[in-house]
This record gives sequence, structure tokens and C-alpha cells, in this order.
Amino acid sequence: MTEKATLLTVYKLLPQTNCGECGEVNCMTFASDLLERKKTVKECPPMVKDAKYKAQAVRLTELIAPPVREITLGIGDRAVKIGGKQVMYRHDLTYHNPTAIAIDVSDKLGDAEIIDRVDRAEKFQFMHIGESLRLDAIAVRAASGEAQRFAQAVALVAKTTPLPLILCSLDPAALRLAVEQKGVYERKPLLYAATKDNWKDVGALAKQYSCPIVAFSPGHLSVLKALAKTLREMGNDEIVLDPGFWTRGGLLKSSVENLEMLRRSAIQKEDKDLAYPIMAVPAVAWIGESPDPKAAAFRESCMASLLHTRFADIIIMHSLDVWALLPVVTLRQGVYTDPRRPVAVEAGLKTVGSPNEMSPVLLTSNFALTYYTVANDLEAMGVTCHLLVLNTEGLAVEASVAGGQFNAAGVKELVASSSVETKAKHRKLVIPGMAARLSGEIEELTKWDVMVGPKDSSQIKEYLDKFWNASKTQ
Amino acid sequence: MSEPERSDLTKRLLELAEKFGQIELENVQVAVEELILQLQPTMATTTRGVAALQPPTAKAVDRLLEAEFVKPVEVYPGQVIEVQLGATRAEGGTRSVALRIGGSKVPPFYSFEGANPNKPAFAMDVFDMPLTLPKAVRAHYEGVMDDPAAWAKKCVREFNADIVSFNLISTDPGLKNTSVEDAAQTVRDVLKAVDVPVIIGGSGNKQKDPVVLEKAAEATHGERCLLNSVSTDTDYKRVVNAALEHGHLVVAFTPMDINNQKKLNRLLLDAGLPKDRLVIDPTTGALGYGIEYSISLLERMRLAALKGDPELQMPILSAASNAWGAREAWMKTEALGPREYRGPLWETVTGLATLMSGADLFMVSHPATVKVLKGLVDGLLGAGEVDQKIEDWITTIE
Repeated sequence: MTEKATLLTVYKLLPQTNCGECGEVNCMTFASDLLERKKTVKECPPMVKDAKYKAQAVRLTELIAPPVREITLGIGDRAVKIGGKQVMYRHDLTYHNPTAIAIDVSDKLGDAEIIDRVDRAEKFQFMHIGESLRLDAIAVRAASGEAQRFAQAVALVAKTTPLPLILCSLDPAALRLAVEQKGVYERKPLLYAATKDNWKDVGALAKQYSCPIVAFSPGHLSVLKALAKTLREMGNDEIVLDPGFWTRGGLLKSSVENLEMLRRSAIQKEDKDLAYPIMAVPAVAWIGESPDPKAAAFRESCMASLLHTRFADIIIMHSLDVWALLPVVTLRQGVYTDPRRPVAVEAGLKTVGSPNEMSPVLLTSNFALTYYTVANDLEAMGVTCHLLVLNTEGLAVEASVAGGQFNAAGVKELVASSSVETKAKHRKLVIPGMAARLSGEIEELTKWDVMVGPKDSSQIKEYLDKFWNASKTQ
Repeated sequence: MSEPERSDLTKRLLELAEKFGQIELENVQVAVEELILQLQPTMATTTRGVAALQPPTAKAVDRLLEAEFVKPVEVYPGQVIEVQLGATRAEGGTRSVALRIGGSKVPPFYSFEGANPNKPAFAMDVFDMPLTLPKAVRAHYEGVMDDPAAWAKKCVREFNADIVSFNLISTDPGLKNTSVEDAAQTVRDVLKAVDVPVIIGGSGNKQKDPVVLEKAAEATHGERCLLNSVSTDTDYKRVVNAALEHGHLVVAFTPMDINNQKKLNRLLLDAGLPKDRLVIDPTTGALGYGIEYSISLLERMRLAALKGDPELQMPILSAASNAWGAREAWMKTEALGPREYRGPLWETVTGLATLMSGADLFMVSHPATVKVLKGLVDGLLGAGEVDQKIEDWITTIE
């Protein structure tokens, strides 16, 4: 039935004029970029400008549409795209649209508490390898059971933050009241949720205000599929699937199975009724009477992390503890890094700041993560230096010292082939603490004085302040 | 097609679209282009092509449409090799329990496709001399770090380790340069102190490790220990021969490269090592510092194994304790929260990531990591039914 997107089928739908307006050499290279999702159809100027290509553009867009629908939550700068998944495994291409992390806010909290919680979620930020890792949305829960209070809380959150909103209530009347608050539906909130009991009203509400909608059917995938199909029939196109997620004991088994089956149905079995982003709520780890907050946060963090390895496109978390959120956002960053990105950076001499001939000379490996971590640390701490990057075949310092790729002969070669001996007047080389065991050998081969630096680049400034300045006066 | 035909078809399509909200166009591919042009004035939006024409307003639907979910099960021609760690008295060793790992027939925790025969196992790290460990880890081993046998015992008795991973780091010429004879004696002491299977690790010194492992193999004849490790640039033949002669297993270590791993595995098998005596360690990067490479590497390897690639069908070892190399795990920074929680969580999530990607055997440092990961494995396999009502989570989270 569906035509497969291949280089040829894609190329056939392009103008095939090789006009080069897109910046590519020819239409074939553009076709290849489309397939790899490096470019979009809109980046072909003739197809946008010329009416005669319009039908082709529509067909092409359809042809290369990812098997899992892409949905945008919210508006403006903090709008977030979810879904749009192309593959089961990231090594098959890359994963698109990092899992959105929403933080829940109960309408039972006082207004001041709500504002505080929302603020903390909005401002959460962790810098890692030069990237700012943040949270993405606020899920307002109708925990009070009072529609009026829920609507007030939603209005307050909408006023407080530009983050996308998820409105959580199974009561259609409460959802409607909340959506109809001033400035709420315009924000394209995600409505949570349509169930087998309330789908008619919630589905109509979502359609009326063009809001994306979650179908929630804990443990019953046939019902979930029926809900999605029905919501679609009602005119809703932006659907998210929540198959239910249990975090305790043996219930975890079916939680994980359901996620696997849903995503495989969408991608491998091309089941159009399930071709939607998946939501999971690790916050359920907090259900129960006064859970131990540390234990619950630990559990929730594990569950949220697990979800990044099992296809979740959006999750709702409860904990705002930094220590519990860190692993989650860090794992997300890793999983959503394009695996086609090279593991290694170019070896050679780099500079940080504007070093002079008396600035320190530091040594590191060419593993991309090591290099960026070190470079970011140095910049953040305002260190000015020459940085020698050794070709360790893309391995981190510790692994490459163990594996032999980080060796004294390599360092000698690097010193000789780079211009470091002209750029620096001194002959003092700071090597990574992890490479301490090579200090003697490096000294022997390079004839430089070797100083063993800290094991972690976060401590370089302290180290240089203490030892570099002292060494200069010797 | 002729003009009247076309307008007639368009009309019918519009009726259909109004009625059902979508049009099936399976057999009229050719006409699609023309149709869209024709339809456009009336049907302003075409999302996901013509098969998804949206009615402009909500459509009344009376009852939930029928739908049946079919489990998307795959068939796997290959299988991971089952490996036994440790030998009981009846088998020529002195372990009270032997452990089996590997044997997987379906991807990790794809339970709807079938059950894998063995649970992932957890080894805890023990060293033959006191070393600088992160505070959160060290706190649990105060008082035993000078006594490897006591350290090992503590891991098994108190922290429920399935296996002891004993590392002879003091043999490093750059450290204490302990003799191979002395090292072998400590290994004997550790074996005597615990009755679980043991992994014997060297110091990472490429020249000395094969000799250290050879001597340790001799000292533990028949115990089915796992000798950790050999790589392409070490004297792997020496270790393989020792394993063959004394009834042990070997870890094949490569730094994050699937092709090198295949090459090394081939070399070891060619050197005469039976395939059920081999465990592979393709490197576990710490969370935040390369874990994604490990995830993809393990996923690729496991899929290859299940598809039938004989060179990648060995059980996988994951050193989750590499997580402690990440500063986020150990650094004292108030802004990142208390490191007593942050550290073990970092190691747990590192292990969890490789667990979900196919690792069969783990090396970890913190007792909490063992506890949590073992609990998660049980949960993922469906053990320990508890009641957790999530239907009303909106109102029941406190």
C-alpha cells in the first residue's frame, strides 16, 4: 500500500533540475539529505515557490514522514516537539526529538507553592558538555477534585511560565473549564486524558480547541488502539498514547513490554493507529501514603532513565531534586546524541583564550566527550592555555592509557608535529592525572618537564593556581 | 480519466470524507496528484497525505471503534551462548553455587516474545590493596580494605553480591609490584573466604597481567573463575592456555569497537578456547561520558547474536562501576545535591542503561547499586507482584 521512501522514490518527486538553490550539488544529494532528515521539503525553494510542484511537495512530505507522528506542545520559544521517531534503535539512524520531561504540579498546593514549583522547573538547568539541559513542560494535576480550583491553578501556571502545559484530569467538565480560562487554549496545552469512559467529551474538547490529546488505557492495548482510532475519527490528529506505567515489583514487566510492543507496532508493523508519541508517568513511584521522599525520588529517577531506553517520548516526573534529575537529563542527552557524530575530534594544538608564550601547555585525548568537557571547563573557569590534543583513536584518557593508544611516543610525535615549541617558550607540559603512570616516559622522549595534573578537568584552575605559577618562578 | 469521471469521483470522495473522515486510496495511486488539486478548494488541509483528510469540525462518533491489538512478535534464529561461572565440588571446584549467565533467545526484557533462561548477575569490586575510592563507596568498606578476604566476604554476606570481582591492582609495577606468587596466594585466600564464583582481574598492565592471571589460574585450579581480561595486544594465548589447563573462563576486552571485538573473539576461539568459556567486555562508558556508545554497541551486538552472528553470541560483561569516573558521581558540590545519593544513583543508571541494552554480567562498587539493580531485574522479569493502582495517579500522588 504505502510506497517506501528510498533514494529513488524521493528523487522522483523532486524537481530534478539540479538548480542548486538548496545549496546542494544536485537533487540526488538533496534527496539523500531528506532521507537522513538533515533537510526538509521546505528547504527546496522551487517546491515552495512554484505552484506546479505543490502536489509533489505534498506527496513527498507524506512519503518521508516518520512512522511516529511528530507533535508540538505549547507555543513560542519553549514549545517542544515530541515523537517524530523514525527508527527502533538509535544505531539505525538517530533518535529525533528528545524525550520531553514534564514536572507535575498539584492543584491542592497553595498559589505561592505552585509559583515556586513552576519557577524551579522552568529555571532548572544543568550544563553538560557545552549543552544546557533543561526541563520541558508543566503537568497540572486536578488532585483536588474541584473543577474551579483546577481551572484557577491552570490559569495561574499559564500566567507564571512560558513552558508548555499538560492539563491532567479525567473529568471532562474540569478539563473544559481549565481549557477555557483566559490564555490557556491558545497555548496548545496537551489534554490528559481520554479514557474508555470519557473519550466522547474529552475528544470533542480537544477537537474544538485544536489541542493535542492523550489516550490513556492502563494495561489494555486494544482499548488504547480503539481510543486512538476513535479520537482520530472525531477529527483529532495530534494524539499521544499512554499505555500505563507501573513502577513496582513485577508490574514493571508489563509496563516495559507495552512500550516495546507499541513502538514496534508503529515502526516495524506500520500500524497507523499506533503511530503516535508515547507518554509514561514515572511520577507514579510517589503513589502511596507518605513515601520516603529519598527512596521515591531514587526510584522515580531510575524509572525515568529506563524510559529513555524504552521509547518514551514524553514523561511526567514529580521530584525536583537536582540529584535525581541529573542522571535523567544526562542519559537523555546521550541517547539523543546523533550516533553518526564522530567519536573523535581532530588532534593537534588548540588554544583556549589568547595564550602567550608563557601560558601553560595542557594535554588531553581526542575522544570528543573528553575534549569538549575539558575545553568547556577551561573556558568556564577562564583558563588561558595551549591545549595539546593527542590522537587516542577516540578513546578517553583512562581507557586509552590502559589500551596503549595514549602513549609517550604519540605525545612526542604530537609535540614535534604541532607548533607548540614555537608557541610556548617554556618546556613544561601538564598531563592528565589519569595518565600519571606515563609521566617518566613522556619526559624522557619529549625532553619537556612533565607535571601531573588533576584527574578531573574541573580542578585544573585550582591546580594551575597552585602549581603552575609556582613552577614559573623556579 | 475524463473530466466528468473526475468530478464524479471527487464528489464521492468528498462524501466519503465527510462520512468517515478518511479516504482509502489504495488502488488509485495514479490519480492522487490530480485529486489533491481538485480537492484543495474544499478540503483545505491535507495532513499525512490523502489518507488522512480531516473534517473541519468534530465528528459525532457514537461509540468506541473496534480495534484489536496484535502482539508484534519477531522470530530470532540465533541465541546467546550459556556460560557457567564457578564450579561446585561435584564439578571439581569448591563453590557452593555455580551461576549461569547468557543463553538469551529474545532481546533483553522483551518478555512478550519469550523468556530468557538466566537472570543477569552482579559482581562487586574488591581490590588487593587500599585505593582511592569515592567517599560514598569507601564508607561501606572501612575496616576491610586491608584484608581482601574480609572485603570479599562482606560483599557476599552483607551486600548480596552474586560474584566477587577481585582485582590484583597491587601487581602493577608502578604501584606495589606485588609478585605473581604473592598475588596467587591472595586469590586463594579470597576463594577460601567466599563460596560464590570469582572474577580475577589484573592491574591493567599489559605485560604483567598475562603472567599474573596465569599464576592465579593455576592457584585456583578447577574453580571456573573468570580471568579478566585479555585484549588483542596482550599475550592472550598464555591466558587462554592457563584457562584451558585449569578449567577457567576468559574475558575478552575491547575499547568500544564492534569489529575489534569480533576479531578478538575469533582469535580466542581459534586459540582453542571453547565458546562457552568466553565473556565479552566491549567497554561501558560512564553516564554522561560515553554511555550512549555502550548502549548502541550492546544493542547492535545483541541483535547480531539473535540474528545468528556466531562471533557475537557471547554473554556481555558491563563494568558499571566505571560510572565513578564521572565527576557528577563523586564531586562534592552543593548545587548538585548530596553525593551520598547522587553517586550510587549515577552507578545504578549507568548499569540500568547497559542492562536494558543486553548486558548479562555486571561489576559494581556500591551496595545500593547491587540492591536496586537486582530488584529492577526481578521486577522486569515479573517477580514480586504488588498492588499499585495507577489509574487514578492524577489524584493519588502526594
